[in-house]
Amino acid sequence: MEDLKEKMEPSAEVTENTNAAEESYSLSDDRRVKVLSPGQLVAKRFFRNRLAVTGMVILLAMFIFSFIGGLVSPYGQDEKFYRTDVQAKDFAGIVYNEEFRYTVNDPDLFKSSVHAQTLKAIILGNDKFEYNGINYELEKLSDDAFIVKSGGKVIGTASKELVNSSTQDKLSFDFSLEALKAKTEGENKFNADGKEYTIDGDGVITDKAGTEIAYVSRYIVRAVMADIFFSRELKNQLIDAVESGQDSFEYTDEKGVTAEYKLSYDADNKAWDVKQEIDTKVFDTYSAPSKKHWLGTDRNGMDMLTRLMYGGRISLIIGFIAVFIETIIGVILGGIAGYFGGWIDGLIMRIVDIFYCIPGMPFIIIVGAAMDAANLPSLTRMIYLMLILGVLGWAGVARLVRGQILSLREQEFMTATEACGIAPSRRIFRHLIPNVMPQLIVYMTMGLGSMIITEATLSFLGLGVRFPFASWGNIINDVNDTYVLTNYWFIWIPAGVLLLTTVLAFNIVGDGLRDAFDPKMKR
Amino acid sequence: MRKYIIKRLLQSIVILFFVAFIIYALMRCLPTSYVEAMARQKSMQPGSKSYEEWMEQLTVMYNMDGSIVSGFFRWLGSMLRGDFGDSWRWTVPVLKKFNDTVWLSFVMGLISFIFEVLIAIPLGIIAATKQYSKTDYTISVIALAGISLPTFFFASLLKLVFSVKLGWFDLYGLVGRNYDQLSTFGQLLDKGHHLVLPIITLVVISMGGLMRYTRTNMLEVLNADYIRTARAKGLSEKKVIYHHAFRNTLIPIVTLLGGTLPSLFSGALITETLFGIPGIGFASYYSMIAGDIPFSMFFMVFTAILTLLGNLIADVLYAVVDPRVRIA
Repeated sequence: MEDLKEKMEPSAEVTENTNAAEESYSLSDDRRVKVLSPGQLVAKRFFRNRLAVTGMVILLAMFIFSFIGGLVSPYGQDEKFYRTDVQAKDFAGIVYNEEFRYTVNDPDLFKSSVHAQTLKAIILGNDKFEYNGINYELEKLSDDAFIVKSGGKVIGTASKELVNSSTQDKLSFDFSLEALKAKTEGENKFNADGKEYTIDGDGVITDKAGTEIAYVSRYIVRAVMADIFFSRELKNQLIDAVESGQDSFEYTDEKGVTAEYKLSYDADNKAWDVKQEIDTKVFDTYSAPSKKHWLGTDRNGMDMLTRLMYGGRISLIIGFIAVFIETIIGVILGGIAGYFGGWIDGLIMRIVDIFYCIPGMPFIIIVGAAMDAANLPSLTRMIYLMLILGVLGWAGVARLVRGQILSLREQEFMTATEACGIAPSRRIFRHLIPNVMPQLIVYMTMGLGSMIITEATLSFLGLGVRFPFASWGNIINDVNDTYVLTNYWFIWIPAGVLLLTTVLAFNIVGDGLRDAFDPKMKR
Repeated sequence: MRKYIIKRLLQSIVILFFVAFIIYALMRCLPTSYVEAMARQKSMQPGSKSYEEWMEQLTVMYNMDGSIVSGFFRWLGSMLRGDFGDSWRWTVPVLKKFNDTVWLSFVMGLISFIFEVLIAIPLGIIAATKQYSKTDYTISVIALAGISLPTFFFASLLKLVFSVKLGWFDLYGLVGRNYDQLSTFGQLLDKGHHLVLPIITLVVISMGGLMRYTRTNMLEVLNADYIRTARAKGLSEKKVIYHHAFRNTLIPIVTLLGGTLPSLFSGALITETLFGIPGIGFASYYSMIAGDIPFSMFFMVFTAILTLLGNLIADVLYAVVDPRVRIA
């Protein structure tokens, strides 16, 4: 379609003016035709190429996305997001005590070897036994509680009921003994250490002032970590849960932290495991796309879309500056070589050969590794990266400019400038370079695309742009982790698509520009 | 012709000398060199000498004493005697490591080169003969997309689709888990199976350029006078295109392809690294990261030689294929 229309149009240089008001001019009248400047012609040819215009629109969209998007986005480039996550951690173990536990008053007499003898005597139903030549007596309080004496003196207790402190203070032996006695005998008052205490049916022991001191229970609640302290209330809750067969409950401790406790019975150890599920603030990493984060969040809990915008900015800026550097060096050296010729040309072209010959990618990888080792700050790194990319690329520009100038300087208009006595620098930069501009612009546009790819590849390998800066390459870098590759498409596919589209758009526009600049070629 | 080649070869030697020097200087400037890392590691061992002592000993051992210039000439001297030293990263002689890895890269490169040619040239010609048609636009966009596609992104996509979702291929490596239990033929097949994705990557990434080049040249040829003559004679369009035009298009294409032949040996650095294919690109990437001077130097100089050789071949071929071209 498009080509047909173009073929039918008579000439691109002169367009017939069909304005009705001017139809009165005679056929040979100059005013009848509208003369376009070369620039307008190029623009006209360019905009006729639909593909190139599409590319241009894409590029424009990318620029808006990258440069304005960052301003519009409500989030910052390295703003981290948090989410509350329920983390279950091992909290406690609860055992219903089925064994005799011992409290010791006299450690010399009531040693662990005596504990075993005591147990033996209890099982056999003896009320006294002899061990190592010492006589011991057992005083039975109930089936599950005994007082161990030696020579009439109480040396310890053996009991399945346990006296636990409700505070963080240790209990004296006397207190434990009296509490145990009171509990087994069903009394509600006892005296220990010269003070009076009351004990209720649940085994809770309070002092005269009514504050809880201790409690007697057959459940042992053991903390998993040494720094966990159970309040009596929590213990009660736990024991209630165990007794009633609940498997979870909520509890708010004195600091106001609410946590859910989950109980599970472990038949092997005959114990209940308690897990505390507490809300913890963590980085919102790899969260899926949502209303708040349209493209999810990345490894560091940063908004992906915002990262992409800033990443585009950096990728484009690096591309532009690097291409700018290579063009400046290339035009100056290529211009000098082409214009002067002779040994200057020979020298510069050998330098060009050398730069052409340096394997670019390996070279930059080594530099990247070097920058890694030197621990350069991210910004310095980026500046070096641009410089190196630019310096490595100038040889191509120099060749292009020199080749063009070699043919241009033989043309008549150059002889004319010489005849007019214009200074060489002016001749090069005012008369030759502008004539190289078309090829140069095409080269630069295409070069931008490949520069962006090179930068992205380096960043992908972890040798280019570094955190906290984003670039499309280092965003995709996460894909090196196979888990991310498999599970989090939103981390790397959008960046890749943006990268591909941008580079493609640069190439299409470059292509369109070449066609527009070079009318001889076709159309 | 012979004079021209000799002249070019002599020029190449001078260029190589400078390239090698620049690379050597760069490698020596690495702030944390391999030697330092090694010394630090050794001095960490219990009952070891101090870091400084190790440093002193290792510097001499690895020929790192002396200035960059003297170091370079020492490297040059031993290189000219055919001694490339031992790779530090791989702890085998450089030439052995090279020989172990280069053939894999070559095979991979050659296969993808063949596919590239088989796909790109016909498509380029079709695009040119149907200029401005839908086919032409499609092919042009595909070609541009191939050029614009970042290797690592395309490789990751392939991995996601074919390795993760479909499970047809492994994510990394050249051989499968049960490689050792396979017969010789089975081993060959296993390797081939692992090379499929890397080769697809290489073909797709590289064919765009050739496609465009073919299209441009074919268009140029189709505008030439002798094509008009052929058409005027009343030859069939098929004969005009495949007999007259195609042969002439081949001139620049053969030149280009001849020029790329040497680069088949230089491996595919990014692709091999991404797919964990232990070719020359893979080996050199890890050498460069580790600051392994002998192997990196060898690889980079080797690549530079291949580039020069490619240019020379292209120029010579140009004159050989096209009798109108004279070179002096």
